[in-house]
Amino acid sequence: MHPNALKAYWRRNLRYVLLLLLLWFLVSFGCGILWAEELNALRLGGFKLGFWFAQQGAIYAFVMLIFVYVGLMNRLDRAYNVHEQAPLAPDRPAGKKRPDPNSPQSPSSPTP
Amino acid sequence: MDVQRWTYLLVGASFALYLGIAYWSRAGSTKDFYVAGGGVSPLANGMATAADWMSAASFISMAGLISFMGYDGAVYLMGWTGGYVLLALLLAPYLRKFGKFTVPDFVGERYYSQTARQVAVLCALFVSFTYVAGQMRGVGVVFSRFLEVPVDWGVAIGMLIVFFYATLGGMKGITYTQVAQYCVLIFAFMVPAIFISLMMTGNPIPQLGFGDRLSDGTYLLDRLDSLHQELGFAAYTSGSKGLADLFCITAALMVGTAGLPHVIVRFFTVARVRDARLSAGYALVFIAILYTTAPAIGAFARTNLINTVHNQPYDAMPEWFSKWETTGLLTFEDKNGDGRIQYVADANRNELTTFDKDIIVLANPEIARLPNWVVALVAAGGLAAALSTAAGLLLVISASVSHDFIKKMVNPHISERGELWAARISAAVAVLIAGYFGINPPGFVAEVVAFAFGLAASSFFPAILLGIFSRRMNKQGAIAGMLSGLLFTLGYIVYFKFGQTLFGLSPQAVAPARWWFGISPEGAGTLGMLLNFAVSLVVMRLSPPPPAHVQQLVETIRYPRGAGAASGH
Repeated sequence: MHPNALKAYWRRNLRYVLLLLLLWFLVSFGCGILWAEELNALRLGGFKLGFWFAQQGAIYAFVMLIFVYVGLMNRLDRAYNVHEQAPLAPDRPAGKKRPDPNSPQSPSSPTP
Repeated sequence: MDVQRWTYLLVGASFALYLGIAYWSRAGSTKDFYVAGGGVSPLANGMATAADWMSAASFISMAGLISFMGYDGAVYLMGWTGGYVLLALLLAPYLRKFGKFTVPDFVGERYYSQTARQVAVLCALFVSFTYVAGQMRGVGVVFSRFLEVPVDWGVAIGMLIVFFYATLGGMKGITYTQVAQYCVLIFAFMVPAIFISLMMTGNPIPQLGFGDRLSDGTYLLDRLDSLHQELGFAAYTSGSKGLADLFCITAALMVGTAGLPHVIVRFFTVARVRDARLSAGYALVFIAILYTTAPAIGAFARTNLINTVHNQPYDAMPEWFSKWETTGLLTFEDKNGDGRIQYVADANRNELTTFDKDIIVLANPEIARLPNWVVALVAAGGLAAALSTAAGLLLVISASVSHDFIKKMVNPHISERGELWAARISAAVAVLIAGYFGINPPGFVAEVVAFAFGLAASSFFPAILLGIFSRRMNKQGAIAGMLSGLLFTLGYIVYFKFGQTLFGLSPQAVAPARWWFGISPEGAGTLGMLLNFAVSLVVMRLSPPPPAHVQQLVETIRYPRGAGAASGH
């Protein structure tokens, strides 16, 4: 594959990661700690909202963030044709310095 | 049947299951021993990761801590789950692509240096030993209560069991045992929680029941806040820690999770890069089930406890009270001589003079008068949690010694068989050392574990992250960073926690008022991590870039294609 395409893949990956980490920060450190006091004025049933974020909401959000990332990356891997072609052989010969035939430098060769 | 018989039955049955699995899946090669042959499915790996990682601290201590800390307990809840996001997004897929056995393997190759590898081995051993001490203590607490033996005996029994199956099975045995242990521990955690939630709020889902109304129509949390006010405690739903401290403890635990060698190594056991991402997601789902239930248990237990104990006659206390009194983890002193128990915030009037936070979860089913089999089930669950983590840690310790130290540094020509035996012997030695710390613990279970996270956050996380995302990062930067982060954090913790006993410092010198920026020793890992990043980046600029083949390596791990099975060569 063209090195520029790989650069573009990596940049997209970084953009996803930064965006998701921003959300990660906002739900936990933001809603759960920094603004907890203010959010506690609002209620969610018997919960004060800041307290709920700190002890429940942030955790639900974490789970969702990981699955969103998994989904985005699986799509991105295929779009840039860098995904692994399953099923893999269970083991690889132990040859130490053997160049990886599937490294981005020789993307056309098949998976072992 | 009484609690005692149920306990023997359930603990015995669950142990028979673990040992059976350990025997059936025993390791035949070093690859089996270190990374389970590299072919574990993401779902099973997620479950094993969850069991590996949810320790005695999560199962036994955490809900208890939260019930005493109220809102502030959120540092543990968010801290011990948020790290999985970092792990899935920043580390796991790349480390899997890199494809080696251990964390020091990565550090050693990425930083093309035996010194870097040695520093990493040192950090791994340090973190794992700190962590495993907390686990052995947890095992001791459970055994002492349910077998009615002293805590030290409990620790010894636990050592024997962990020794047996960690040395026999290695990673392969451990992975499948941990799947079973996850099932036992989550069942044992959820059953009493559901029972209590139903009894108190009529809602079968503890996560919702916790925000629901009691039978008299008031919300549970509002009731708890007013009870706290009556007894002079801070309101349950608002905290008493400073903002900077909350921030730093949470961050240290999150980053520490992502830097713990026994968690990272889990992602070497799946077949593909995409499986590594996915299994981090599954692991967090399995962990979240417990972590969203724990604060509910904390609130239920707190309410129940205050209602059962406060202002009640001592003679009318239920059986659990006297049983915990015999372990010494609960003591009552009738200060005003009225024969009743006053449980209040004011230390001069408070009559529950010792109240170990670790007993809340274990005593909770008895406080709520649940059936005997549920009480026994909790004991089995607590042991599953403590043993699964202890075994995972011992494996990291033995791999560090036999693989990273003996094979990579001392004797590269050691035979496969010899290496396997070296791994088993080092696991045995590790059990003994861990047992010593379990008998002479430097703090509560959860606190001891929190220190391990601080040390992991300040040593490994920056080195691994920079190793993946920066092509320019070199060995000088990484080594200087890891050492300064580790030493700083260790120094901060030792100074403030043990300064009085070790160096004869005055109590004023180690008082919270002297903490830097109001950050407690538990949050020191965050400062250490920042220091590590700063030192690494400065030293990097002053020293030459890494050789071309290393820069090439960094390039390669960015793309999933071509991930081979993990190899030790």
